[in-house]
Amino acid sequence: MIDRILDLFFGPNPEFRQIVAVTLRMSLFSTLVSTLLGVPLGVLIGANEFRAKPLVSRLVDTLMGIPPVVGGLVVFLLLSRSGPLGSLKLLYTVTAMVIAQVLLITPIITGMASNIVSIRAPSIRETCHGLGIPPGRRLWYTILECRVPFISIVLAGFGRAIAEVGAVQMVGGNIQFKTRTMTTAIMMQSNMGYFDLAVALGFVLLIISFTINSLVHLIQDRERRD
Amino acid sequence: MFKRSFILIVLALALLLSACATPTPAAAPPAAPAAPANPVLRMSTTTSVNDSGLMAYLQPVFEADTGYKLEITSAGSGAAIEKGRTGDADILLVHSKAAEEEFTGEGFDEVRIPFMTNYFIVVGPEADPAGVKTAKTAAEAFKKIADASAPFITRGDKSGTNTKELAIWKAAGVDPEGQAWYTNIGAGMGQALTVASEQQAYTLSDKATFLAAKTDLALLLETADDMLNTYSVIAVGPKRFADTNAEGAKAFIDWLATDKARDMIAKFGVEQYGQALFYNMDK
Repeated sequence: MIDRILDLFFGPNPEFRQIVAVTLRMSLFSTLVSTLLGVPLGVLIGANEFRAKPLVSRLVDTLMGIPPVVGGLVVFLLLSRSGPLGSLKLLYTVTAMVIAQVLLITPIITGMASNIVSIRAPSIRETCHGLGIPPGRRLWYTILECRVPFISIVLAGFGRAIAEVGAVQMVGGNIQFKTRTMTTAIMMQSNMGYFDLAVALGFVLLIISFTINSLVHLIQDRERRD
Repeated sequence: MFKRSFILIVLALALLLSACATPTPAAAPPAAPAAPANPVLRMSTTTSVNDSGLMAYLQPVFEADTGYKLEITSAGSGAAIEKGRTGDADILLVHSKAAEEEFTGEGFDEVRIPFMTNYFIVVGPEADPAGVKTAKTAAEAFKKIADASAPFITRGDKSGTNTKELAIWKAAGVDPEGQAWYTNIGAGMGQALTVASEQQAYTLSDKATFLAAKTDLALLLETADDMLNTYSVIAVGPKRFADTNAEGAKAFIDWLATDKARDMIAKFGVEQYGQALFYNMDK
């Protein structure tokens, strides 16, 4: 098995390395976009009191639980050549996969961020008041204050992105050298009965996940010590 | 301290993204002929030609010969043909005659070009409790399975194989729907073979996928008259979608008819399995 994994990584066939590159590119971009959308939105919902807040929170919670294939189906129907955005010719591209992922991950990041901020909002508001921070800069200050839990939230989003299979298969199409990811490759290999290759790919997925998690935890620990 | 960590993250991200941004192509096409105006050809295939490895085997040669770039998605024939209807494919490579003729009959001047065949096969447990081995035709084999109430896996996914299976049940005069021994899994051929192997059940398969998949099932019946499996290509017509890559589709169809391509198809699988998986049809 170890031979198999080493061969996948360093062997003469570039296909596996290419699959890993597509997987990382998709997961990182979709986490980045979801974070840029979800964190500010989550802070705004969590830090403020407004009449529709319970409704908005419930909506976000509902979207957090959206089954990936449903998200995939929606993006597929939108991007299909005969769909409303068909002229963009985005179906079966990495961009299409990122769009589907952003749809699935942004609510998760928004929901988790707003929960954290809701809990800390009163004390942050007091500090802001005490330090004389103008209301316009409170969003940024809140993000800074909550950065340690936020890192975990972003990681959860990344974990979801890299592990996704249903939506990615639908909008990416599992095209060799273009949109084949680790998970769709694993599914294809196990459908063909090549379980050993599927298991090797699964191991590699875990190794990548572990490495990224370790790196981020390193940063998080340093932040906590400050 | 936060600033430094932030810079670290940004740097790491930038590094990763730049590393990912330029995926190395599999192999640089060797001095391709004059590049076509629209080089991307979107092909929708049935799972059997993709999972058996036939397309992966033909693709680099076709690309080098013509300068086109194939983007292949695979699904059961029903879903594969549907991609032609929604405009998400330029060319279809499928094996479900009735569904194909329904598609070409929609008034867009599209032509179905049958080009290769093989046989559907009945596979099942080595012990063959229903006695399928002694059957002369698929319909007879299915009748025996029904009479023995032996477990049978159906793909139930409107694929070419699934359509064929239902036609055989009809010919056998058996309605398997709702029977306790008839399990509908709604999945592709590879997975159906895996499930059949796990449950020691019978199923109908195309030969290519069966040989490529690793199962402990036995090949019990093949080359019966009612089990011919015909693969066709259909170019999606410009009348259906103005921006379809008709030149690319024509280039692929022309290439399939060359002696070189026909020779490759005839030889596919011979080395690995000791027998051909697909047979060319007469021109």
